[in-house]
Amino acid sequence: MNETNYSDLFDNLLPAFGETLEMCGIALLLAVLLGVPLGVLSYITAQRSICQNKLVNLVVGFFINVVMSTPFVILLVLLLPFTRFVVGTSIGPEAASVPLGIVAIAFYARLVEGNLHAVDKGVIEASLAMGATWFRIVTNVLLPGAFSGMIRGLTVLAVTLVGYSAMAGIVGGGGVGDLAIRFGYYRYQTDVMLITVLLLIALVQVIQTIGEKASRKVQK
Amino acid sequence: MIKFDNVSVSFSNKKGQLVNAVKNVSFDIEDGEILGIVGTSGAGKSTLLRTVNQLQLPTGGKTVVNGVDVGGLSGGDLARFRHSIGMIFQQFNLVSTKTVAQNVAFAMEIAGRSRDEINRRVPELLDLVGLADRADVYPNTLSGGQKQRVGIARAVANNPKILLCDEATSALDPETTNDVLRLLKEINAKFGITIVLITHEFDVVKKICQRVAVMDKGELVEIGDVFDVFSKPQHDFTKTLLSHTFDLDVPERLTLDDAKPLVKIIYNGEKAEDAIVANVVRNYGVDVNILHGKIEYINDKPFGILIVQLIGTKDNLDNSLDYLSKNTYRTEVLNERN
Ligand SMILES: Nc1ncnc2c1ncn2[C@@H]1O[C@H](COP(=O)(O)OP(=O)(O)OP(=O)(O)O)[C@@H](O)[C@H]1O
Ligand SMILES: [Mg+2]
Repeated sequence: MNETNYSDLFDNLLPAFGETLEMCGIALLLAVLLGVPLGVLSYITAQRSICQNKLVNLVVGFFINVVMSTPFVILLVLLLPFTRFVVGTSIGPEAASVPLGIVAIAFYARLVEGNLHAVDKGVIEASLAMGATWFRIVTNVLLPGAFSGMIRGLTVLAVTLVGYSAMAGIVGGGGVGDLAIRFGYYRYQTDVMLITVLLLIALVQVIQTIGEKASRKVQK
Repeated sequence: MIKFDNVSVSFSNKKGQLVNAVKNVSFDIEDGEILGIVGTSGAGKSTLLRTVNQLQLPTGGKTVVNGVDVGGLSGGDLARFRHSIGMIFQQFNLVSTKTVAQNVAFAMEIAGRSRDEINRRVPELLDLVGLADRADVYPNTLSGGQKQRVGIARAVANNPKILLCDEATSALDPETTNDVLRLLKEINAKFGITIVLITHEFDVVKKICQRVAVMDKGELVEIGDVFDVFSKPQHDFTKTLLSHTFDLDVPERLTLDDAKPLVKIIYNGEKAEDAIVANVVRNYGVDVNILHGKIEYINDKPFGILIVQLIGTKDNLDNSLDYLSKNTYRTEVLNERN
């Protein structure tokens, strides 16, 4: 077992933590910006829904399923050309944010769709009976009704992303998880692994607590 | 006027079989009337009602509202058409993330009303339904009756000509039901809104409807004035539906005594019922043995049922029965006579 150089470790830990937050933050942002519309699209275009469209529904569903069923490591590699095209490089936390973001979008779209399904169908019918357009139903009934569930979903997503981000080391993404693998696993420094894992657990715990609080706050 | 013209609706269920929920239904609903639709669960009442605002498209025939074939509407035309039809539901279907006032305002926003108009009218509407003091609370803090009042305020917000009620009181206790029915009646009288009301309780029909349509297994089996349907149900199904109101049980031995006719007298408020029975005794020398009786109120008009046994000579009995038939709403001999 190698001797642990703690000052070296802490020099590494802080930037790694920053990288984890950066990767997950970007992915979360993408999930909110694109995952929500995608989830809504999947919901409203479904059969017997308020804006039925078979083709759109099929395409959206296919995208989500493909992304979600492909192992992340493989997605990471498959997306390399796309990543290079988008951020100009395939290395570093920004590059890792691309595949992470795509997974986040698909994952969150599914969660959002589930939250939308939980909204009372009777209220949607009442809105239709009043002559509401699908857009008004989405903005006035569906999204507000699903909001607290969507925040809970975002928590789940954030926690999942922290886990996924550890694999981002493969494309030089860095982050705490990568540190745990590099120092703790490859160099057999069990104490380092323990410290980093504890740090990840703490991060997850904080996310979970904030998410739960926020979700409860918006519940009507 | 709402015109159901040979309306049929069929669904394919999960097993792929065809379910004929509504079969060739034709009848008209007049402007300003309160019409009840009754029938057992699965009779197709909701499905038929939903063709009025195209929540359901007929698969055969058409539903015509004020000369417009509802099935032919789409897009903006359909939306505008729906603004002129209010609807209330068994489960109220309020938007839980909006306050009471916002729920009512929502209907007006959908119809494209101006902020000014909305701000002016919402308090008026809440006043109308007696919820002015609950404007800023969320629906989950209201009782069922209050929720339905919000539903009614929302449904009439855009001054609709028609109000559709799908089991609007079925989730409420009897007292709250009466309150809501009274409110509906008031709205009907005040604004002349046509009300179509689905229920499985004949009691509700009795209280506020002028006419009633009876549905069974997707078909319209009977329609008419509530009083008539009540007093002279034509169809077996209606009779069964009404049986709890009309079967005044008398011991079987009384029906077996064929020398003493057992008579069911149905009278309405305009006839001087007491004098009629007294006259039979006085003029025909027949003894009247009162076995059972009750008074129902239909549209606030008394409607009485009396079961009596007549005792006397054959001629006198014939004469008195003749007299009763002429002077009561209906007289019916329950046992066989020779
Ligand atoms: N969307 C649908 N898909 C398939 N079958 C349906 C659908 N809607 C209604 N049905 C069927 O049509 C029939 C009539 O239903 P409907 O809801 O109109 O009855 P109802 O008279 O309103 O009954 P209830 O008193 O229970 O509300 C039922 O057999 C029902 O299962
Ligand atoms: Mg129904």
